[in-house]
Amino acid sequence: MAYSDKVLDHYENPRNVGSFAKDDEGVATGMVGAPACGDVMKLQIKVGRDGVIEDAKFKTYGCGSAIASSSLVTEWVKGKTIDQALDIKNTQIAEELALPPVKIHCSILAEDAIKAAVADYRKKQQA
Amino acid sequence: MLKFPIYLDYSATTPVDPRVAAKMIPWLTEHFGNPASRSHAYGWDAEQAVEDAREQVAALVNADAKEIIWTSGATESNNLAIKGAAHFYQGKGKHLITLKTEHKAVLDTVRELEREGFEATYLDVKENGLVDLEVLKAAIRPDTILVSVMFVNNEVGVVQPIAEIGEICRDKGVIFHVDAAQATGKVDIDLAQLKVDLMSFSAHKTYGPKGVGALYVRRKPRVRLEAQMHGGGHERGMRSGTLAPHQIVGMGEAFRLAREEMASENVRVRALRDKLLNGLTELEATFVNGDTEQRVPHNLNISFAYVEGESLIMAVKDIAVSSGSACTSASLEPSYVLRALGRNDELAHSSIRFSIGRFTTEEEVDFTIDLLHKKIHKLRELSPLWDMYKEGIDLDTVQWAAH
Repeated sequence: MAYSDKVLDHYENPRNVGSFAKDDEGVATGMVGAPACGDVMKLQIKVGRDGVIEDAKFKTYGCGSAIASSSLVTEWVKGKTIDQALDIKNTQIAEELALPPVKIHCSILAEDAIKAAVADYRKKQQA
Repeated sequence: MLKFPIYLDYSATTPVDPRVAAKMIPWLTEHFGNPASRSHAYGWDAEQAVEDAREQVAALVNADAKEIIWTSGATESNNLAIKGAAHFYQGKGKHLITLKTEHKAVLDTVRELEREGFEATYLDVKENGLVDLEVLKAAIRPDTILVSVMFVNNEVGVVQPIAEIGEICRDKGVIFHVDAAQATGKVDIDLAQLKVDLMSFSAHKTYGPKGVGALYVRRKPRVRLEAQMHGGGHERGMRSGTLAPHQIVGMGEAFRLAREEMASENVRVRALRDKLLNGLTELEATFVNGDTEQRVPHNLNISFAYVEGESLIMAVKDIAVSSGSACTSASLEPSYVLRALGRNDELAHSSIRFSIGRFTTEEEVDFTIDLLHKKIHKLRELSPLWDMYKEGIDLDTVQWAAH
């Protein structure tokens, strides 16, 4: 399968790989996917007191497109408010990375990872 | 000097041995006759070449040349054997038995027969990939007419107990078909001893050209087939179509070389495989798929836990290998063969098949070991599953949101 240059670039040089300590202030974690399906994404966001995402990190088990989708998302969410982050759609991710139809599920998973991280953030805020 | 990408996918196909290619060329240009032409020397020449090649193929498997039918490859041979025998013997019964780990050319053929009204049993294999003979025995019914079991599995390289299965089938009066596409030149095949009725062969897995294969059809006791391809009545009516002498000559020469060089080649391949195996299993959390003893030395199928197969293939683009992960296809289903061995989905998605052969060098193996060490380390750094493993979390206890 031929990958787009952007997928290859993110795959070869993934941005923001790593983890934050789960319980640090403002840190929220979204873990989506399943090993059985061949991809698991963990997206972590660090949200400031002003509700803006200051930093993001990811780890992904999955194909090149899954790694690239999550790497791209960490770049895109930084500097956004959590509401703005929720506006990121899988179609934008797929378009940016020129994902072929069989890889669209990778962009959907990346969108789900954002939602999961935000949901975790909100849950922690309420606690 | 290493040439990239390093070819370690000999189970997919092999290069044509230059000695084979040299033998083939005159049959394209100078000696272009149709072996079915009986009225002139062009035809006689081509016919002689075809018959010589038939002897060479028969010799590798200790059969009579009259028992060899030319086909376009193992897929056609499997179709002809299974459909041909099922159609001919359907008056005796309509039940077929095969394994869940067979090649698609067998599984899909059996499925097609099910659509035609036959019944089929797809047997599970043991965790080592081998058939359980007691399970096979128990599956044979009075109306069973055919059992089809492959000699060497294409994905995991395990060697099925063909001699024992042959005894069971002969005892029960059931036709026994063996897909030997991955076996020729790798294991000894003696059809004078083995109670096999039909055996499929391919040229291109054994350093011959693509597009040609053969089917062994036993004469004593005689096995009958209904033709699937109709026409001029070539190949004793079992497979019509003008023969391709250049391809057939190539297959004959390839099988002649296999017979002569198999013993020494297997020693060399085994040493390379052992080196690769030892080098790769030094990595933490790696698992060999398939029985460790009952296998051809050419195949090494390993799951690197917590690393997804397709991303690993991307990472190791300097080597040409196959993955058991089906992320490349639309299905998202990992290898059905590894699933049948009881590997969980995660390990099936994390598998790589290395297959080595005649032209693999020690330098290439060394490079591969080194490359895998680097890339597995990198991808595990990226893997949330690796972190969880390192934290001592049992992934099977996690509630995953399947998608």
